Amino acid sequence: MPKVKIPRKSISLDMTAMCDMAFLLLTFFMLTTKFKPEEPIAVDMPSSISETILPDANILTISIGKEGRVFYGMDGQEAKREVLKNISSKYGITFTPSEEKKFILMSSFGSTVSDLKKVLSSKEAEKKQSGIPIDSTNNQLRDWILYSARADKQLKVAVKGDKETDYKVVSRVIAILQELNINKIKLITTMEAKPQ
Amino acid sequence: MAEVNTGGGGGKKGKKRSKKVSTKIDMTPMVDLAFLLITFFMLTTTFNKPKIMEVKMPVKKEDNTKTNYKESETMTLVLGEENKVFYFMGLNNPKVESADFSDQGIRKVLLQKNKSIAEFKVIIKAMDTSKYKNMVDILDEIHITGVKYYAIGKISPKDIELTKTVQGS
Repeated sequence: MPKVKIPRKSISLDMTAMCDMAFLLLTFFMLTTKFKPEEPIAVDMPSSISETILPDANILTISIGKEGRVFYGMDGQEAKREVLKNISSKYGITFTPSEEKKFILMSSFGSTVSDLKKVLSSKEAEKKQSGIPIDSTNNQLRDWILYSARADKQLKVAVKGDKETDYKVVSRVIAILQELNINKIKLITTMEAKPQ
Repeated sequence: MAEVNTGGGGGKKGKKRSKKVSTKIDMTPMVDLAFLLITFFMLTTTFNKPKIMEVKMPVKKEDNTKTNYKESETMTLVLGEENKVFYFMGLNNPKVESADFSDQGIRKVLLQKNKSIAEFKVIIKAMDTSKYKNMVDILDEIHITGVKYYAIGKISPKDIELTKTVQGS
């Protein structure tokens, strides 16, 4: 009796489903992640051994540059809209809807309220912003923080200072926060190895 | 199989039609590429979360009451310019010494004091000429040495006077 030859079947999987899933995931990741927003000010942060991670939401970031320029950044679009409304009514400057929209989408800014319109209208003003005034006679930072805390009840304040900033500026910012009864401050740092 | 009939009607006595080539594409490289991209996105997106250091400032009290604590258990750290730290215990004509931020500097002092004094407290005062980095560094040292009680205070002219008694500053 001759052997019965079993015909070899080539194994070919249908990859279509696999491909579908892969691209579904890919598009999901591409759409949900956002690139690091471009900071108008370069801040070289000091390092610490702290390993606590900055929470995602309800964060107000006060960046302090090398020369002591102060920038304000906040997440939460609705809260930001409310803050801008309060600021414009207090300082008597009206913002157009398009300016408002641009303000909401901006990661952070650092100018006086009167210069804010200029910053919002121009594309390249990022580099030339003078910082938010923090001196006691013209304490605009206080108003920004105050209205932010009102708009967002769960606001947490983070301070992102440059290594080389004079402590004078940082202590002034902390004093402003204390005035507003914000006593928990998160200092943003970079990682450093723990000594043995 | 579900095939679309592309016959031109009838077609019983037509020409010989060439054999249809199946349009199956090998999807494997496509899947490879897709997963490669996915892994890339997954790995690059979650790793740049900034780290923070929590600082709790003292709550402003309405009635200006002051908490009293023993001078002998309290060290005042004054942050000066050029990354210098001055330290002294208590307030009555203290002996002021200076140190730096290296492992052998202020860390040694804090460790030793923290061992010998049970209720060791530190008050940090920064001069206006000191850098923000110094403040973060000193808070770091306090975390490293495990000092339980510390506060950030306002610098007074007296503190600055005291630091001037140190040699070479």
